[in-house]
Amino acid sequence: MNHSDGNIAQPLAALVAADPDRLSSVCQRASALEAVRLALQRDLQLAFRKRGQLVQPLAFFAMVTLLFPLAISPELARLRELAPGVLWVGALLGSLLALEFLFRDDAHDGTLEQYALSGQSLTALMVAKTIAHWLLTGLPLALMAPLAAVSLGVHTGALPGILFAVAVGSVALSLIGSIGAALTLGIKRSGALLSLLTLPLSLPVLIFGARATQLAIHGASFAAPLELLGALAVLGGTLAPLAAAAAVRISLE
Amino acid sequence: MPEHTIEVDNLHLWRGDRHVLRGVSFKVLRGGCLEVCGANGAGKTTLLRALCGLVYPEQGRILWNGENVRQDLPAFHAALAYLGHEPPLKADLTARENLHYWIGVRRHLGTSELDTALARVGARSWCGQLVRTLSAGQRRRVALAGLTLLPVPLWLLDEPTTNLDAEGRELVAELVREHLAHGGIVVAAVHQGLPSSVRNVTRLELAA
Repeated sequence: MNHSDGNIAQPLAALVAADPDRLSSVCQRASALEAVRLALQRDLQLAFRKRGQLVQPLAFFAMVTLLFPLAISPELARLRELAPGVLWVGALLGSLLALEFLFRDDAHDGTLEQYALSGQSLTALMVAKTIAHWLLTGLPLALMAPLAAVSLGVHTGALPGILFAVAVGSVALSLIGSIGAALTLGIKRSGALLSLLTLPLSLPVLIFGARATQLAIHGASFAAPLELLGALAVLGGTLAPLAAAAAVRISLE
Repeated sequence: MPEHTIEVDNLHLWRGDRHVLRGVSFKVLRGGCLEVCGANGAGKTTLLRALCGLVYPEQGRILWNGENVRQDLPAFHAALAYLGHEPPLKADLTARENLHYWIGVRRHLGTSELDTALARVGARSWCGQLVRTLSAGQRRRVALAGLTLLPVPLWLLDEPTTNLDAEGRELVAELVREHLAHGGIVVAAVHQGLPSSVRNVTRLELAA
């Protein structure tokens, strides 16, 4: 972060005093990459200051996957059959739970407004927010999924496949979710509408994710559904930040 | 050196079915300050938000240096700083961290510059505190420090003196005076008016 230290800043300050017009050329504007890095860092730092929000989706996921064996049957063969569905419904709803917080605070405290007026690409800043969201919910969910799978009687050989599938699928979920979260900004109690918007779009992720997990559990090749999950993530990555940026702009009107 | 001007030409804006801005026109030249006055609900904030391009006017044009700002909105945004009536600060970050991120997204920022700006607004002793523990006036001061760190010619300020004590209001006046002296432009929505020490002020009265 040491772009300029004392001996550079001093003449700069003198220049500010001399003529601010000239300053725009002297003061280096932050590059888009720099802006993305700072926005990402800000979200991560904030998340670690408010750990409660961070734990919520994970606790939800853990509860769903742990309660199922109690409710259905302790018979491992049967649980193993149900595991893909349980894992993916848990992951989908867990990530949905965290979506509501994606833009809410930023809209409330004027951060989004400043982002929109920063002269930086709002789309790039949306990418930063989505990456932060994935790092804080998708990645922990993916890391927890193998543990949950073990509790559902899945043998250890299938665990890397499950981790991989949830990791890739949750990227797509974060991206899809960012559109929904941006569209429902400015609506009070937006939770219901947000799920209504996001869930239908997330169904392909659920279907291919569960299929990949099922194949992994059976020891078969799960490359095909995993590739489709990857394709969904790439599609989301190219379109979702643009859509989210447009939706945020509308919400600021 | 570009001669900055901001010009508004017959701006009309509706909020729902209310005709808020009815044909607002003005022009502010380099070194000029426009004071936007009016009762609550007269559209001061709406005008500022339209000026910075957040709200689309139904009719009328906004010209920056003679060119419609819609033609290159990012370039126009890079030339302005907007302070809404709430300082854009995160409650769970310290004053210093807030400025580091908020300003850092726009430009490279040195540590000593940050310190100088914080000291300027009298925040030296409490800039390491979380913003949620600061008073409304202190938050406003942090926002002003951010303003001084942005090297932009156009300042759009919404009620810049709210929550500030007498010394704080004088600080706002001082910053505005300096900015104008260096050829900047200030458009400020004010309820009570800017301190009288600011010269070269044009007044725009919005009817409710």
